Amino acid sequence: MAKNQESSKKSESPQKYDKKFLTGLLVDMLNIRRFEEKAAQMYGLKKIGGFCHLYNGQEAVAVGSVAALDLKRDYILTSYRDHGHALAVGMSADSVMAELFGKITGCSRGKGGSMHMFDAERHMLGGNGIVGAQIPIATGVAFASKYKGTDGVTLCYFGDGAIHQGAFHESLNLAAVWKLPAIYIVENNNFGMGTAVRRVSSVDDFSVKAAGYDIPGKVVNGMDVLSLYEDLKEVIADARKNSRPWLLDVKTYRYKGHSMSDPAKYRTKEELEKYKEQDPILLLKARMLKDKQITEDEFKKLDDEAKKIAQASVDFAEKSEEPALETMYEDIYA
Amino acid sequence: MAEIAIRDALRQALEEEMNRDETVFLMGEEVGEYNGAYKVSRGLLDTFGPKRVLDTPIAELGFTGLGVGAAIAGLRPVVEWMTFNFALLALDQVINNAAKMRHMSGGQLKCPIVFRGPNGPAEFLSSQHSQAFQSFLVHVPGLKVVAPATAYDAKGLLKSAIRDDNPVVMLESEMAYGWTGEVPDEEYLVPIGKADIKREGSDVTLIVHSKPLKMALEAADELAKQDIHAEVLDLRSLRPLDEEAIYESVRKTHRCVVIDESWPMASVGSHVAWLVSKNCFDELDAQVELVASEDVPMPYNHRLELAVQPSVEKIIKAVKTVLYIK
Repeated sequence: MAKNQESSKKSESPQKYDKKFLTGLLVDMLNIRRFEEKAAQMYGLKKIGGFCHLYNGQEAVAVGSVAALDLKRDYILTSYRDHGHALAVGMSADSVMAELFGKITGCSRGKGGSMHMFDAERHMLGGNGIVGAQIPIATGVAFASKYKGTDGVTLCYFGDGAIHQGAFHESLNLAAVWKLPAIYIVENNNFGMGTAVRRVSSVDDFSVKAAGYDIPGKVVNGMDVLSLYEDLKEVIADARKNSRPWLLDVKTYRYKGHSMSDPAKYRTKEELEKYKEQDPILLLKARMLKDKQITEDEFKKLDDEAKKIAQASVDFAEKSEEPALETMYEDIYA
Repeated sequence: MAEIAIRDALRQALEEEMNRDETVFLMGEEVGEYNGAYKVSRGLLDTFGPKRVLDTPIAELGFTGLGVGAAIAGLRPVVEWMTFNFALLALDQVINNAAKMRHMSGGQLKCPIVFRGPNGPAEFLSSQHSQAFQSFLVHVPGLKVVAPATAYDAKGLLKSAIRDDNPVVMLESEMAYGWTGEVPDEEYLVPIGKADIKREGSDVTLIVHSKPLKMALEAADELAKQDIHAEVLDLRSLRPLDEEAIYESVRKTHRCVVIDESWPMASVGSHVAWLVSKNCFDELDAQVELVASEDVPMPYNHRLELAVQPSVEKIIKAVKTVLYIK
């Protein structure tokens, strides 16, 4: 039986990475944070409708894991909380914001909205609105990589709410039996919508579920982007080399409600503040400051730039055209 | 021309397409070592090996979704469900993902996948294993749905379905796998979206699909003895629907009976009957009749289960109704 690995190390040595790499991670996280803040604001102004699930607090997960990938051959799929992943693979803030606005210039031509960010070229295969439905699909993408012999791996992100779905269990079993290079990442933010994990789960540590399929599992710190990156590097290399699946319980936290309509009254301010002390952006910034890889001024510049990009994406979305009515008949059949 | 059973026609289609295109693979319950629950895939594991003929656990949601993922990543899966009754567990992946991947991605992705297996009433199987699901599936834009009832159509449509860049649902029938028919020796395709006149006639159009085709043809034989000449139009494809073929026939005969082994409410049959009523209103000499299954779950008792379904007698009675013959 595969033995689960211990809870992740803390990355204490950012200096082994060059400034450019660390700055890249920082910028990606800042861009997501400022983008999501702008999205929340636009939602308040009713520029964005429907469900809108924000990624604030979880930035390290998408950024650190995508940094460990080779998107020429690897793929990612995620849930409806997908803006961060879209930006992490390099989709432009403009195309994501325009999609939120439902404009024709959006990545999915205004057909998908918040829950359905796609970029086939960058191997971002969605944004799925049904809890856990991306898990079998990601398993199939990994199957295709193995079938074609590309050495590609597939990262499949989902929340702790999805882990009780039959789709999760059926997929892990198939991935194990057919030895597929799929890495299942539970973005464990403690709440399935408004329901605390402990109220609906028989276990606290989801990585133990890997044992049921005889695959390796691991608990990963989701607030420290560097340690997450290091963990994912190892796991991805193993999945690629040995063509086998992994299950990662990534401990993270979302600062906002489940969606824009959720005031998150099921948790205390104190709990939220406690998590904000290990904010992934501030953690990385502090380490870079300590190691003199960034100054306060430089950080402020990067942050201002992130705010500018977010604002520019709103301007772009505002200026973009609505889809013409006849486009409703397009993109249904190939 | 060889006379072969529908199950063999389907196997020929799979074999030819798997030889033609390496990205085509078959997976499902019992398709490999067991040679298929209904022996459609007999011998394919030996020919193509376990990479391309995959036995799955009985977990329809998981392996169907896996197929959808493989399809958007460049393969052409054929997913066999042991029965459409089990496929209900997989419908989330069919309806929410296969049918919508292209749309939700703004046209970036395509999902070339075939979902197939036996559908419709069988025998002595009671309520959970004897039901027709076509209306559930044709309802969904983004899917194509085909329902052949001859060996020729089964082979030609399955080959077209495998080559199609969209998700195609193929409804087969347990009761019809052994039905034989002529299939050409040379390669051919049956296009998706084209109905076929299985028998020409001038007095009434019988619109049918799937295994009740046989009943419709038998009814037409009986009616011919009474000098009533029925045209039998086999829809073959349910989505897209060959509306022109339907209207052309009804404009010729001015009378129409629709036969569908589904329940009557919101069915393919009721939809076709509505289309004919709307689009051939001035051409019709009588109301459109629908011969469907009774609006009840299928009973186990054989006398009851036969009485639930369409029959030659029910079709003849409906024809006489639209001809105003007592």
